[in-house]
Amino acid sequence: MDWKQLWDIVSAPDNVPIVALIPLLAFYIYLAWKQAHANDQLITQLEGDAGLAKTQYRKTWPFQPGWQKEIHVWPFLLRIEFLATIIVTIILMIWSITLNAPLEEPANPNLTMNPAKAPWYFLGLQEMLVYFDPWIAGVVMPTLIIIGLMVIPYIDTNPLGSGYYTWKQRKFAIGTFLFGFIVLWVSMIIIGTFIRGPGWQWFWPGQTWDHNRLIYEVNRDLPDLFGIASNWVKAIFGAVVVGGFYTLGGFALHAFFRRHNPKDYKRMSFLQYSIMMFFVLTMLALPIKMLLRLLFHIKYVWITPWFNV
Amino acid sequence: MPEEKNSNGENGKSVGLLSRSLSAIKAATSSLKKDLPSKAKEQVDIISKPTKTQVYTSIFRHKHDDTPRNRALGVLSNVFLHLHPAKINRDAVRYSYTWGMGGITFYLFIVLTFTGVLLMFYYHPSKVQAFRDVLYLEHDVPFGKLLRNMHRWAAHLMVIAVELHMFRVFLTGSYKKPREFNWNVGVILLVLTLLLSFTGYLLPDDQLGFWAVTVGTNMARATPLLGHEGPFGAQLGMTPYNDVRFGLLGGSIVDANALLRSYIWHCIGIPIVASVLMIVHFWRVRKDGGISGPAAVVLESEVKEARR
Repeated sequence: MDWKQLWDIVSAPDNVPIVALIPLLAFYIYLAWKQAHANDQLITQLEGDAGLAKTQYRKTWPFQPGWQKEIHVWPFLLRIEFLATIIVTIILMIWSITLNAPLEEPANPNLTMNPAKAPWYFLGLQEMLVYFDPWIAGVVMPTLIIIGLMVIPYIDTNPLGSGYYTWKQRKFAIGTFLFGFIVLWVSMIIIGTFIRGPGWQWFWPGQTWDHNRLIYEVNRDLPDLFGIASNWVKAIFGAVVVGGFYTLGGFALHAFFRRHNPKDYKRMSFLQYSIMMFFVLTMLALPIKMLLRLLFHIKYVWITPWFNV
Repeated sequence: MPEEKNSNGENGKSVGLLSRSLSAIKAATSSLKKDLPSKAKEQVDIISKPTKTQVYTSIFRHKHDDTPRNRALGVLSNVFLHLHPAKINRDAVRYSYTWGMGGITFYLFIVLTFTGVLLMFYYHPSKVQAFRDVLYLEHDVPFGKLLRNMHRWAAHLMVIAVELHMFRVFLTGSYKKPREFNWNVGVILLVLTLLLSFTGYLLPDDQLGFWAVTVGTNMARATPLLGHEGPFGAQLGMTPYNDVRFGLLGGSIVDANALLRSYIWHCIGIPIVASVLMIVHFWRVRKDGGISGPAAVVLESEVKEARR
């Protein structure tokens, strides 16, 4: 166990935000879960008692007849905002006094940094470079993430759960978002920051960064495993595999979604449904491709003269 | 010859300048003696009630008494505060619901603008001077190190705050009808936040920024259709000297032009676009019915299916 190496990585000034992000995220997930759980209990209670549902305040916070439903922004909200700015300023001041922003040697195109890492918030995408070609990891994926986020309000037809935390009423939506945000975004950033060392090789936390380590990995392409030699057959084979994933995955997801979200399924138009299918399946394809690479040393699935997937 | 009439003259005598002046001074003194005490008293009365002065009332258009009307006017008649409604849902101020991340993001943007403008006084976006300017800033400028540190950490904190804000908005379903459009504005603002941070990364012109931006913009080589190493790029005539990466860097390598472009995007281009979108974002929050909750829970049996 190389504690110094671990400390060097964790205490690198630009890594501190991620070290801070993890407990922050844990805290806010806990906060959200606590409220979702309380709301879900309330929902169950109200569903079982129609009379209560008519008279109840319908929030988990106390309310008594005679209390005002609305309060003045001045001072009740503004004092909180004022306090928040003061607290953020104090945090920033302390952080800035105790920790210096990194400044390396002057830029030198002839001296490559190893590892050369992007800013931490892009490390998830940089990690994807291991499993995908740059045109996918660097261009298509960010584009799909942005478009995918933007279509969310238009494909989520579930009218429930607007304006309060809940798990019970939005299992599929929240599950998908948590998968995308926590598993695909945050955990990839954590891997890119704390695990990847020189040569973008995998170093466990506490393992010494060995700049001379070489890994002899023979990565094969999926068509090679099947003994396909012709370029045209490779291209067609890959198209069939990728198309097959979306078709079979589509059937599986369709069966799952119809069974567990029959109302949402009924509400969604064909366009909404196919867009949702495409994005969910594409998200699921990432860990599958990662596992193919890590477990079976498969580099490409689909090889064409113009691009490889 | 008739005697010339002189209004100041007495008994037909002409009066000299001196005596005319003396009589004028006498008249002025006597009037001052008479008026000064009352004027002074009046002035003291006015000053003892500063909120009644014309200067004060021209700035603040309503009284300060603690009445519901004045509390509302305090928000409504202030250009900065009128983003808020006068009154809000009693539960909407609960921290556990909003996490305050949107407001903190905005505050961090203000902090970054403030520290950023100060940094601009000491920085030249040229290959010769950029790195030296940072060294000068760190070692010679009073509080220069603190300034740069604050700008850096506020930027990181802003990325975290934006992501948590989006997370909260998703978990509370706040993007649902009628707030779909504002969610989209927010997504663009998230992207702009990342780009702001990324363009700033190159500016110290050190190894860290240089290689991060080199790695980042190398991706643009591989843009499908528009990059010279991307799918179908070569077929469309893309070379390192005319593709999308060339446009981003102003050259085929990360050099002086890239530094200047980065600087202009970072200090002028993106902040302007982001500010405009922030105005839209905040305005739409109000127009879409204010903050989304905490709303009363809705039961599945109460949902009215929309007709299609």
